[in-house]
Amino acid sequence: MKNPISNLQKVFENRIRLGIMSALMVNDSLSFNVLRELLELTDGNLASHLKALEQQDIIQVSKQFIGRKPSTTYQATGYGKDLFRKHLAALEDLLSNQ
Amino acid sequence: MKNSSTHPNEDLQAIRDIMERSSRFLSLSGLSGIFAGIIALMGAAITWLFILDSGHVHYDEFLRIPGGGTFSGIRLYLALDALLVLGLAVAGAVFFSQRKSRKAGQRLWTNSTRRLVLHLMIPLVAGGIFILILVLHNNWGLVASAMLMFYGLALVNAGKFTFGEIHYLGLTEIGLGILAGVFLDYGLLLWALGFGLMHIVYGSVMYYRHERKR
Repeated sequence: MKNPISNLQKVFENRIRLGIMSALMVNDSLSFNVLRELLELTDGNLASHLKALEQQDIIQVSKQFIGRKPSTTYQATGYGKDLFRKHLAALEDLLSNQ
Repeated sequence: MKNSSTHPNEDLQAIRDIMERSSRFLSLSGLSGIFAGIIALMGAAITWLFILDSGHVHYDEFLRIPGGGTFSGIRLYLALDALLVLGLAVAGAVFFSQRKSRKAGQRLWTNSTRRLVLHLMIPLVAGGIFILILVLHNNWGLVASAMLMFYGLALVNAGKFTFGEIHYLGLTEIGLGILAGVFLDYGLLLWALGFGLMHIVYGSVMYYRHERKR
């Protein structure tokens, strides 16, 4: 039998990254402020995890104007979504094998 | 919040929790409720003072008018008054939601918004059609009750996709709708209570709970 642990994605072992990605799976895009309130994080903490996810092409950043104010929003990439689904399936496998 | 984990159970629970919370419509502002409530109270006051002539016209199933006045005139004014209240309340809701979402750096029209509006509109449109049917059959006495009931059902239906208070506001409206159906003479009063006072009460609670500190 294949070992389900091999499908666990190291990048999602961190609870904060897991949280960011969970939110971006069910929303087209979310702003920095909304993510910060949702996950109850400080600016610096959230920014560093977003940066890490961005560097691995799991999420993409876009700057846009909402009204007259610039806003930074985040989206999951197709690759990121696949990776997350794989991780989710591995978690479920682990659970059912316990 | 724990940073690293190897517990699949807790991880899955956290994923579900965040997916659920993040897909709610959070741009709904308590100020929308307060504004809608004030507009509704003004609409009810206009109805009572001018259209029903301070109670000289009985609001019951026959809309009895002692001493003059025409049915069609009263109907027209009631309909205009109701449409004006609805229009202003909806405009207020859009305005305050736009403001709140802009502050959060989010667009107003998202998947969550679409889902909320859809689930709100299904019972609401059904109710609107039902009320037109009541009017068609000249059954005016039940209009206030039907408005409260269907609005309450719409809120309960949409409450799953936004702040929890909306669910309870919906239940309150349903209760008032039942009362308005039993006590026909108090239809307008209960309508003012449901669409006026309750909007202000729940709107204030929502504002203080979710918006004050920001």
